[in-house]
Amino acid sequence: MARRLPRKDVVIVGLGWTGSILAYELARTGLEVVAIERGPWRDTATDFNIGTAPDELRYAVRHDVFLRPKQETLTMRNNPSQTALPIRKWGSFLPGNGVGGAGVHWNGQTWRFLPNDFRIRSHMIERYGEGFLPEANHIQDWPVSYDELEPYYDKFEYLAGISGKAGNIKGDMQPGGNPFEGARSREYPTPPLKQGYAQELFTKAATGLGLHPFPRPSANISAAYTNPYGCSMAPCTYCGFCERFGCANYSKASPQTCVLPALIREPTFEARTDSEVTKVNLSGDGKTATGVTYVDLNGEEWEQPADLVLLCAYGLFNVRLLLLSNIGKPYDPGRNEGVVGRNYAYQTGSGSTAFFEDAKFNPFAAAGSLGAAADDYNSDNFDHAPHGFVGGASITCAHTNGRPILYHPTPRGTPTWGSKWKKAVNETYQRVTNVGAQGSVMSYRNNFLDLDPTYKDPLGRPLMRMTFDYQDNERKMANWMAERCDEVAKAMGAKATQLNRLVGPWSVVPYQTTHNTGGAVFGNDPNTSVLNRYLQSWDVSNVFVMGASAFPQNAGYNPTGTVGALTYWSLDAIQKYLRSPGPLVQL
Amino acid sequence: MMRRMNADGIGTVLIGHLKVGVVLAALLATDNAIADSDKYVDNMRGRALATVGDCVACHTAPGGVPFAGGLALQTPFGVIMTPNITPDDATGIGRWSRDMFARAVHEGRRPDGSYLYPAFPYPYYTKVTRQDTDAIYDYLRALAPVSNSVNRNTLPFPFSIRSAMLGWNALFFSSGDFAPDPKRSEEFNRGAYLVEGLGHCGACHTPLNALGANKADHFLQGNNIDDWTAPNITNDARIGLGNWSVDEIVQYLRTGQTRTSLASGPMKEVVENSTSKMPDADLKAIATYLKERGAAGAPAPAPPSASDPQMRIGEAVFIDTCSACHMRTGAGVEHIFPRLSGNAIVTQDDPTTLVRIILTGTRGAGTDAAPTSPAMPSLGYRLTDSQLAAVVTYIRNNWGNAASAVTADTVKALRDRVSNPSLQAISR
Repeated sequence: MARRLPRKDVVIVGLGWTGSILAYELARTGLEVVAIERGPWRDTATDFNIGTAPDELRYAVRHDVFLRPKQETLTMRNNPSQTALPIRKWGSFLPGNGVGGAGVHWNGQTWRFLPNDFRIRSHMIERYGEGFLPEANHIQDWPVSYDELEPYYDKFEYLAGISGKAGNIKGDMQPGGNPFEGARSREYPTPPLKQGYAQELFTKAATGLGLHPFPRPSANISAAYTNPYGCSMAPCTYCGFCERFGCANYSKASPQTCVLPALIREPTFEARTDSEVTKVNLSGDGKTATGVTYVDLNGEEWEQPADLVLLCAYGLFNVRLLLLSNIGKPYDPGRNEGVVGRNYAYQTGSGSTAFFEDAKFNPFAAAGSLGAAADDYNSDNFDHAPHGFVGGASITCAHTNGRPILYHPTPRGTPTWGSKWKKAVNETYQRVTNVGAQGSVMSYRNNFLDLDPTYKDPLGRPLMRMTFDYQDNERKMANWMAERCDEVAKAMGAKATQLNRLVGPWSVVPYQTTHNTGGAVFGNDPNTSVLNRYLQSWDVSNVFVMGASAFPQNAGYNPTGTVGALTYWSLDAIQKYLRSPGPLVQL
Repeated sequence: MMRRMNADGIGTVLIGHLKVGVVLAALLATDNAIADSDKYVDNMRGRALATVGDCVACHTAPGGVPFAGGLALQTPFGVIMTPNITPDDATGIGRWSRDMFARAVHEGRRPDGSYLYPAFPYPYYTKVTRQDTDAIYDYLRALAPVSNSVNRNTLPFPFSIRSAMLGWNALFFSSGDFAPDPKRSEEFNRGAYLVEGLGHCGACHTPLNALGANKADHFLQGNNIDDWTAPNITNDARIGLGNWSVDEIVQYLRTGQTRTSLASGPMKEVVENSTSKMPDADLKAIATYLKERGAAGAPAPAPPSASDPQMRIGEAVFIDTCSACHMRTGAGVEHIFPRLSGNAIVTQDDPTTLVRIILTGTRGAGTDAAPTSPAMPSLGYRLTDSQLAAVVTYIRNNWGNAASAVTADTVKALRDRVSNPSLQAISR
């Protein structure tokens, strides 16, 4: 029996990027805010000492800051005809754990989606006709436009001190930036990172091919910066320990560097760590959340009443919490009805590995989002008519690290151990780079999330089941992108290249990307969305759900910039809600 | 002699069920102080004065209720447990009158006439006006009483004999209100009143004689306290505040940092608990006083030559270990990594702070204006005594800095002291 705690104004589930931003913005107005986080407390000074932070074995191999499957895992299958099995070791994606969430271990690539991405269904139909969209697609327009989100992208970028070069300021094209980007209100807060030799070659080659390269926007920042919350950051030292690591240098934007120092000073804020929320509690009529129930490290159960419930867990776990709490109608792919779990999407990765005769790329002098990119093949920046697919990719030449344990690139066909392998590593390490394409994934009827009928977690709750595979549209797109990457790699002067295509069914084993989207999407129609355009539940108006779970489908970019923008967008709406509670969108 | 409270500022958010909270909120305890609405203004004035005096720092045990006492002050003569100054009748100052309180503050005497030790800085507080001590008294009286009995007799013989303080007082203590200097500005005199009185800055920043009294003729010329260097804060250009503007001093006291420096160690807590909560006008008065009252500091010693082996080793260690953050030029990064070139804390005659920070690591102050409270990691585990001495010597004598060389023995002695767990428990 859960023990009942004193009421709070706001309960926040999960203290990562979205949870910490909302906690700070609401606590500073005097509201009593409690954040409940299932993992441990983490802060830079205590947890990410420069003496121990670059420990590849501990963090990259043994997944120190990641969720343990024992805490929560998923079952997985490629299509509804299969029986899903539990993921027993996280592989394809790595959810974060603890304060800071995935904002601790991310690489820091901080994009804005393109204006067309927000109305991709309408746009594609207008340009190519309805028949151009792939079979059984659930592609839908976002309920907000780029222009509406622009001020909030700006807010997040200035919170995080993002380093980059604008391509379009209020319609004025800026040399050196991305000419395809939507108009931004001002320049990035800090200038781009210093580019390496590989990026220099890429930029030259891509320009020669008529593309428009630019330095990739980065949350590993190039210069000292103090954000509007008063939190200070230091310039990146290019140590190359970003992805899977906390930054010991105050150089990577994260809740730890950008929000928590201000948040923990707020007297009305409280964090409860090592405490897992098991469900959102509802009133008898199911229309109002009364708070949450959670279990602490000792297995004790507590009820935390609150007037407002903000789900700020990793997107996948927001979806599971909605399903376990009976908020919104679960998606049924057979009938193609219901919404919770609908429109799960992911990301494609393809490209070309480029081997050089005589180069020194120094891959160890790196940063998680150091890289040069081009958007000529992203979204609908090119004519899709001859290609027969929807979507696109950002292509990038990047070195995120050259770490000793896991970075041993060798040409395909090299033995995986022994003297031949050693020789190949020795010859390849300095002479290899790659051009990669990070592509969009559309939403489909048969890619979805629901509760598993068989497997349960240690608390007896059903695991969530992921049914996902790349569809023909994505394969076609990703493989076309691999060829485009290869053209650039060859133009860079590679003596040999190796295409990385999207082949076979999606596998959970090798790491691909932690860009899981959808499942609790926002929209203007409650029949195809869980949340209204303010990220407010259609069914329970005092529940708001943050994160990439709201994306109707995924774009050819990393999600965090858009997740941050949506958080500030929703914050404005939450403040409006607090003045006058109730649904913010009337049907 | 003075010992700061054992709270890691607001950086310490405890992990675990229901223990998590914001320590700062507990430190303020404002709700208790405004219980009597008729006295709101007086109580707020008293609270502000108690903040200037930083009473909470000593009168709060680690994790304890603010002002309820029980902190173990480590003095050269033994441990003194700080008393409970909440208005509890049995264990606090519940039965004290205003006069009794004023006498304790001004003369270091208890209601029964027995002597307090100058760990309680009454040699400074004697300058506080009666009006101000009354306001502090009123504020403390408005707090919720907390029953917390503290053993007040922990000093070993012969220091346990409180009447010995009669002789100490005769030698080193002269009571009396602050006397403004009519030749100085009002602002200077306000600063003097704060620094010489309630702020008791000299308690840390003035060297001690053998009997634990501040050397009046070396006022504010720097001191070693709890294995930290309380630097020279006269207007000396090399090791004092000579290169700081009034605005920079104000900025430092308000935010814990300037272009060159970040408050750490005991001063971190002074800034967090006290100066960051003071009005800018008072901070400016303090700054004006410190800038105008004069300079005192020894001239720079001749720096070792660049070919000196210690300098060469020090440079190598610096490049490997320090330069990523503090920069090859010693310029540091504003707000995060202190500047080492031209930073007076680096060139103090006493290198303790510099050595200690490298040995044990530390954190900078976290304030509303600058909440980050950045960390310097401990590097003692990977530098030998001689490597550490070399890098400190290099930092003290590079980029135009000039200060005495540091020996491996100095490092070893400090390492032994700060790595002794029993001492560390107290000093953190």
